[in-house]
Amino acid sequence: MKIIYTDVLVIGGGLAGLRTATGVKERGHDVIVLTLVPPKRSHSAAAQGGMQASLGNSVMGEGDNEDVHFEDTVKGSDWGADQQVVRMFVNTAPKAIRELAAWGVPWSRVKKGGRKAIMNAKSVTITEKEEAHGLITARDFGGTKKWRTCYTSDGTGHSMLYAMDNKAHEKDIEVHERLEAIALIHENNRCYGAVARNLMSGELVAYIAKATTIATGGYGRLYSVTTNAVICQGMGQAIALETGVATLGNMEAVQFHPTAIVPVGILTTEGCRGDGGVLLDVDGYRFMPDYEPEKRELASRDVVSRRMTEHMRKGKGVPSRYGDHLWLDITILGREHIEKNLREVKEICENFLGIDPAEEWIPVRPTQHYSMGGIRTKYTGESQTLNGLYSCGEAACWDMHGFNRLGGNSVSETVVSGMLVAEYISDFCDNDESTIDINTSVIESFVNDQQCRLDRFINNKNGEDAYELRRAMEKIMMDKVGIFRNGKDLKEAVEELEKLLFRSHNIEVFRSKSLAANPALVNAYRTQRMIKVALTVAYGALLRTESRGAHAREDYPERNDKEWLNRTIMRWEDPDDTMPSVSYEAIKIDTMEMPPGFRGYGKDNTIAHPESAIRQQQVNQIRAEVEEEGLDRFEVQRALMHYEELLPEKYRGKNERLSERFNDE
Amino acid sequence: MNSENNRKLKINILRYDPNDKNDQPHIDTFEVEEAPGMTLYVALNDIREHHDASLKFDFVCRAGICGSCSMIINGRPGLACRTLTSKMDSEISLAPLPLFELIGDLSVFTGKWMRGMNERLETWIHDEEQKLDINRLEVKMEPETAEEIYELDRCIECGCCVAGCGTIQMREDFVGAVGLNKIARYQIDPRDKRSDKDYYELVGDENGVFGCMTLLGCEDVCPKDLPLQSKIAYLRRKMVAIGK
Repeated sequence: MKIIYTDVLVIGGGLAGLRTATGVKERGHDVIVLTLVPPKRSHSAAAQGGMQASLGNSVMGEGDNEDVHFEDTVKGSDWGADQQVVRMFVNTAPKAIRELAAWGVPWSRVKKGGRKAIMNAKSVTITEKEEAHGLITARDFGGTKKWRTCYTSDGTGHSMLYAMDNKAHEKDIEVHERLEAIALIHENNRCYGAVARNLMSGELVAYIAKATTIATGGYGRLYSVTTNAVICQGMGQAIALETGVATLGNMEAVQFHPTAIVPVGILTTEGCRGDGGVLLDVDGYRFMPDYEPEKRELASRDVVSRRMTEHMRKGKGVPSRYGDHLWLDITILGREHIEKNLREVKEICENFLGIDPAEEWIPVRPTQHYSMGGIRTKYTGESQTLNGLYSCGEAACWDMHGFNRLGGNSVSETVVSGMLVAEYISDFCDNDESTIDINTSVIESFVNDQQCRLDRFINNKNGEDAYELRRAMEKIMMDKVGIFRNGKDLKEAVEELEKLLFRSHNIEVFRSKSLAANPALVNAYRTQRMIKVALTVAYGALLRTESRGAHAREDYPERNDKEWLNRTIMRWEDPDDTMPSVSYEAIKIDTMEMPPGFRGYGKDNTIAHPESAIRQQQVNQIRAEVEEEGLDRFEVQRALMHYEELLPEKYRGKNERLSERFNDE
Repeated sequence: MNSENNRKLKINILRYDPNDKNDQPHIDTFEVEEAPGMTLYVALNDIREHHDASLKFDFVCRAGICGSCSMIINGRPGLACRTLTSKMDSEISLAPLPLFELIGDLSVFTGKWMRGMNERLETWIHDEEQKLDINRLEVKMEPETAEEIYELDRCIECGCCVAGCGTIQMREDFVGAVGLNKIARYQIDPRDKRSDKDYYELVGDENGVFGCMTLLGCEDVCPKDLPLQSKIAYLRRKMVAIGK
């Protein structure tokens, strides 16, 4: 048996994982990163449009600060987010982007003077200030009050990931490529690392660590059509679930992006609409202003996706052999703008659709895009129930997105959570309680258990075809656990998935019996785990009889704060169980900085919680009192909700802006 | 859909499994019914799911962004995910990218090679003096400079330029267009404080910029249309000036 010891094991080599690794290494801890693919090929690279950080450099972002970013994020989450975590995030995001600027990301910059832009389908001139010239600029994104999304053309994630990976090279971070964590090693509610499988040789290796971090991204591939990379299969969530100890949060919160191309589901960035692109129907009619007169195409993602679906249901979709779709028109932005700021979009249109988006409309439709749910953690990124297990980025639910994530907040979260969680992990590792105290016989039993599972898939006779089960699962999720949901479909989905899980025990790897590099074997064990994760999504959606953020129930259209202002918590207690067990964690109103209110889309049909009004009154009163004393916005915030003491000390500082310059000492 | 009108594609794949002692490099031919909008990503998955589950290949983003799926497509390096079958003859030949360590069939270990190159050329910002205060306003940069850097930063390390390179066939330590482009990228970046002399230490020899025979296969096959020819020429002029 091969055992490798380290201080910190990081599973996943995307932005969140790499930032965690560089952070703990900086603090003097040994670290190993396990990754399925070379880190630069991680799904972080596919983030196109940008990263939210309230720098307020562009004239269109003037007046922006942490408070406005906080408000947008909490509203966007439909009050599902943990407001302390959101505060931690918005205060760190400007620091994260400035660090990345120093590490080499070529952020697009403000250019002084006038420039043409398209707003609400009209050409306008924006005049940037002289003093902002050369600072990081931003574009408009959905659900934000200010232009806050910083970018490098439409290859933001790519540039960030490259800078981050290069930093990891500089810091000599050890990366073990093509190694897949297939089980967590744990004992007495304490995680000690993972069993990993070398995807080239098939060898199983035990990695033993003081702290283990899952940063493996989301679970978009549960759906047959998704913008996610093929490796986003929810395996991080699955191995956490299979411990029987760690929990998953809000798995039913799944985001659909309004504009993926038809039929292949590749993303075209929200920046298309942020920069002035519009959505058109079969008649070439711009329909979004009819539904959302104020925010139009730049309403929150969940809202736009639902409005598009509604409009297609009215017969206004464009029929095609792949079903109905709508049009995204960016021709009005002009060729020069597209070739400079939307070049990935242009390449995608040319290569996959054979069209020139400066001349022709792009066929789009809402498509699975982001997983708000994930491994439930404390604000430190540590599992609430399995000590020594951490998670950050899309893999986690710590929980800053609640039931809907704003565009531009995800790449931002990856880096911010990596920065913060690295500090909490380092504190843990500095402490004596993190000592590795596990017997090799226990480690061996975890490795042997996995070896037996693999052998069984190879040796089963007359078994099931994993590809067939997987296609069935993807279809169930797509048809019955999609943008609009209802009790009947969800009930069927849960029953059908449970049957698939039962059948998955008998998966046989056909015609490809190698225990070394073997894609069929990989598909076999992943399919079984994916079905388990799919069950947590479908079951959570069935039980949640309300509509909140991206979870939209046709049979329960109201957001029901009275009964459902809580997080869904899932656990798989016994490996032989066929269903997860469920509990709920209340979201406390009495300590909220921003009590539940109206999000501002459609008509307000919230079933209010009685405490919301009470807390709102308190908030108003505190605010009035503090403002009367002439205190600044930081002191007002402090009076409403505490969060600063939760942040690692090094990240508590205020952020300088053009409008809030520091006085030089 | 009338499937009778769809073409039957004949896909010839050069295969070898280094983990199987009895295996020899050989060509397997698969027949796949073409579907509208089919890419090689779709066709290869079809083969794996319906014909041969052991077929090894790499896709990640399947959108032409991550650079995982480069292979030799009808004799030319390219990204399989964004290659539409409709633009090709019905007989297609595929082979793994040469020069990289073979994992099996069409899957090669480009990550290892790229990491080696990045470490060797130290492709990160060097700034000994830097005292970063992330609470303060970021250092300004001319908008045009940021755009120029991004232009070269678009490289996806797919390895097509390495596979299309004549020099590397003779000099296995040649850094390739991918490596030279990185140096050109850092050379124009004001944040990197290395001097031209420092870059000369890295690429001022025949495994670097003076090894290039200007055959320019790299630029022909670059899926991101990077200006490799002009950047290598620019770098060579800079390095010649230092070497004098």
